[in-house]
Amino acid sequence: MIAVYSLLLLSAASIVFFALSGHKENMGKFNTRINGVSLVITIILAMTVFNQGTLLSSGKAFLIDSFNVYLIVLTAFVGFTTSLFSEAYMAHEIELGKLTQARLKLYYSMYQGFMLAMYLVLTTNNMGIMWVAMEGATLTTVLLVSLYRTPESIEAAWKYFILCGVGIAQALFGTILLYYAASQIGGSDNALLWSVLHEHATELNPDILEIAFVFLLIGYGTKMGLVPLHNWLPDAHSEGPTPMSAVLSGLLLNDALYAVIRNKMLIDGATQTHIAGYLMMGFGLVSFLVAVLFLHRQKDIKRLFSYSSIEHIGLMTFAFGIGGSLATFAGLLHMTVHSLVKSAIFVTVGHASQISGTQKMTGIRGLMKTQPKVGWGLLVGTLAIAGFPPFGVFTSEFLVFLATMHEYPWLTPFLLLGIGIAFAGLFRHVQPMVYGAKPEDKTAINANLMPIMVHLGLALWLGIAIPSFLSSWFSQATLLISGSAL
Amino acid sequence: MNGLMAVVQTALFVALSPLLMGFLKFCKCWLQNRRAPSFLQPYRDLLKLTYKQPVISQEASWLFCVAPYLIFTAMILAASVVPFIAVDQPTSAEADVIVLVGFFAFARFFLALAGLDIGTAFGGMGSSREMTISSLAEPAMLMAVFTLTMTASTTNLSGAIEHVLQEGLILRPSFVFALFALILVTMAETGRIPVDNPTTHLELTMIHEAMILEYSGRHLALIEWASALKLMLYGVLISNIFFPWGIAESFTLSALGYGLLAILGKLVFLCIFLALAETAVAKMRLFRVQEYLGFAYLLGVLGMLSHIILESTR
Amino acid sequence: MNIESQDFYTQAILSMSALVGLTSFLMLGQGRLLRLIFVFALQGLLLTLTTGLSAYSLDNPHLYISAVLTFSLKVIFIPWMLQKQVLEMNMHRDVEALKNNTAVMLGGASLMVFSYYVLQPIIHTSSMIMLNALAVSLSVVLLGLLLMISHRQAVAHVVGFMSIENGLFFAAIVATNGMPMVVELGVAFDVLVAAILFGIFFLHIRISIDSLDVDLMNKLHEVDK
Repeated sequence: MIAVYSLLLLSAASIVFFALSGHKENMGKFNTRINGVSLVITIILAMTVFNQGTLLSSGKAFLIDSFNVYLIVLTAFVGFTTSLFSEAYMAHEIELGKLTQARLKLYYSMYQGFMLAMYLVLTTNNMGIMWVAMEGATLTTVLLVSLYRTPESIEAAWKYFILCGVGIAQALFGTILLYYAASQIGGSDNALLWSVLHEHATELNPDILEIAFVFLLIGYGTKMGLVPLHNWLPDAHSEGPTPMSAVLSGLLLNDALYAVIRNKMLIDGATQTHIAGYLMMGFGLVSFLVAVLFLHRQKDIKRLFSYSSIEHIGLMTFAFGIGGSLATFAGLLHMTVHSLVKSAIFVTVGHASQISGTQKMTGIRGLMKTQPKVGWGLLVGTLAIAGFPPFGVFTSEFLVFLATMHEYPWLTPFLLLGIGIAFAGLFRHVQPMVYGAKPEDKTAINANLMPIMVHLGLALWLGIAIPSFLSSWFSQATLLISGSAL
Repeated sequence: MNGLMAVVQTALFVALSPLLMGFLKFCKCWLQNRRAPSFLQPYRDLLKLTYKQPVISQEASWLFCVAPYLIFTAMILAASVVPFIAVDQPTSAEADVIVLVGFFAFARFFLALAGLDIGTAFGGMGSSREMTISSLAEPAMLMAVFTLTMTASTTNLSGAIEHVLQEGLILRPSFVFALFALILVTMAETGRIPVDNPTTHLELTMIHEAMILEYSGRHLALIEWASALKLMLYGVLISNIFFPWGIAESFTLSALGYGLLAILGKLVFLCIFLALAETAVAKMRLFRVQEYLGFAYLLGVLGMLSHIILESTR
Repeated sequence: MNIESQDFYTQAILSMSALVGLTSFLMLGQGRLLRLIFVFALQGLLLTLTTGLSAYSLDNPHLYISAVLTFSLKVIFIPWMLQKQVLEMNMHRDVEALKNNTAVMLGGASLMVFSYYVLQPIIHTSSMIMLNALAVSLSVVLLGLLLMISHRQAVAHVVGFMSIENGLFFAAIVATNGMPMVVELGVAFDVLVAAILFGIFFLHIRISIDSLDVDLMNKLHEVDK
């Protein structure tokens, strides 16, 4: 438990530190170190959970079980590698004169704020605090989206702020309904604690919880970028600085999904029906198919990959909606590999657009010749995200298909078709960017490609073999969520 | 005894209505930093008008001359229906709230006809506007009134007021909405400021004044008196339906005295409120009146809905 | 469960909920920004009164803290900030031409009916006051959304956003007698930060498009043009 406290305190302290510190040259390095320390702490936490099982803090304020522990490590890991990338990226932006030192300070302070919000969403046991932290994540990132202060970025940030703010308000209404249901069976101040609610899930009023779940799904679904609530997502991803896009896609979407699943577990316990699952399946499938079609019509490279994020989050929602142990396992795996691969892609995309000086895909050409490492990174990343074997995305998508074929065979053609269209959409854009003649005026930049390699390497590893500790967590989480063992 | 009471009450009603007008004008003057005429000025005006010989256009038909008497009679009849000082009014038993609305409609119909009768541009314009407004105001008013009658399960005004009295102080959301709706409708129907300006004779804005522009002498006096009565009627309706406390429930002298004092106090309060509102709010364009009355109707519907949803038995 | 048989607290809460619903309607039809902000402050005041009332009658001291928080945030700070912005931008004389005002109003009324319909299933499990409070607060939330859709000024959007928050707060107060203290503090903190961020955004939007009309922010599209 000390690990959790120190994790949260460290992030909180570093927000203040970055906000108050003067103009320093090495803020980026410092940010990386803080995230490195966070990563170490989370690994220690993970080892404790591995040895002792579920942890509940003394005031029941924090809960670490097999479901969230690996997400915490994943968050810290992606946070760390992205900060490695952003060190070089931000230095380059300063050189170009796009940013001032004061904005950089804001950036690092808010980066830590975002990390704090993410850790809080994952570790807290209180559904109310979970909402507060989720809203906090919006508040911290909204200024980062408009960091460049261009009219487009301000528009994107405003859209993000309004849509997510309004959306997440629906989730608060759902949470209030949840609390109301809990107070009906005599809950007091601890009636919002997930562990308590889960214990008494069967006693909760199913009618109220059904309504509550609709609001929770719409609310957190806005954060996840489910269609038709996704409008903010491509804008925020394309107009903000690239490291922000990487953490938004890699972490925020996951955590919003995490919140939905936590709630779904309560609702399933109370209703004993599959209503929540059907809702998630519907939203998930629609998001998946719509995003896939939009992939073809994009011109901006970051928008392209943000639609791909919507596609994958839709697939995960669908998988968790199916609900059986196989689908849940697949969903958990997909959460992990998607966030690894997608953040790696955004890092590459950041480098690629810095090389070309534009985010328009027509302006990015011949990466293989200009800077082969970036070109290969983009190519391999796209292969991985499109679901090519032997990467982890293939494994998880394959498992989702398997589960669908088993439970709802008539839905499989839609999934297959979607995957096919997505593949075509990604490659028709990526292929000319990677291959082709070297543009004359473009030169290689100073890029840190370590994060990409590590991420893709891990995704590859997960595709070939899942390490035993992770698979045991996955199995426990699957048991927890779906109620049946794999 | 009861019959006598009804006559006395109605007579008092009719007699006091110019005083209400005078007090309202006094309040407005005072709020607008002007020197106010005496409360009794409306009486003097009426008196002066009755002395004067009415001038009647040669185009006018008999209808033009008859209309003022009809309008005034309709208003007196309406006044006899509304419980003023005491609640147990025998005339109330004969005519319920729908008849009351009918009286208003009757008076308005003849006023509009009289406006059209002489064939001047202003008269016709005023009539058409008046009918437009009233066709929008009437549903709103009926909605508000129905909210009340549904609560009391009677359309009889005396019965409804007794019902409210018996229950004691109950905060009803539906009454809050109905009250607001009725206040808005009152403003529109009696030609007060956001909808019509009673003091203006500006061609483009006047409504009520446009219709009666050709009247003079005792005809004008009757119409002015009738409109004062109408204002008072609405005032008494609002105060006695929503705040019936103080109204006499028996015909003893002390009860009646208290009843008179109570209703006068409520009317004074309403007048001050109306004067404040008229001073603070600007007259709106004619084309926005439908929004205003649409809002009143919305309030009426909300009142009705909240009665059905919030208050009725399940 | 007639209203006559309810205690005075219930009646008062029901009336409050009716009034809160009414203020939402008032905001919906309001084209003048200053008056919009005023009505918003009025709604905040009603919320404060409701909170105070339930703190008093349920003898729940932590609700007093929420009442104070609501008062200082929703009645003083946010209206003050918005008003300052409006005056600085010299927008207080502008009347926003609202398209289809009547249709919007009718839409609002049907949203209210809709929220009752949505919450119908919980009727048999809860007392009347709970159902009504929840339904009214849901309709305040939905009306806030409608307000944001029908208005074009960024200030009006913020008012809509905050009134959505008001609706949620009302639900929390009346249906569940307030959330746990720590959650309530967290929510209040979020609202405060959001308000400050909105202030910063007004500045940025003004610099970038020289107006607070969000319809002018139309550079980004679902599909690139």
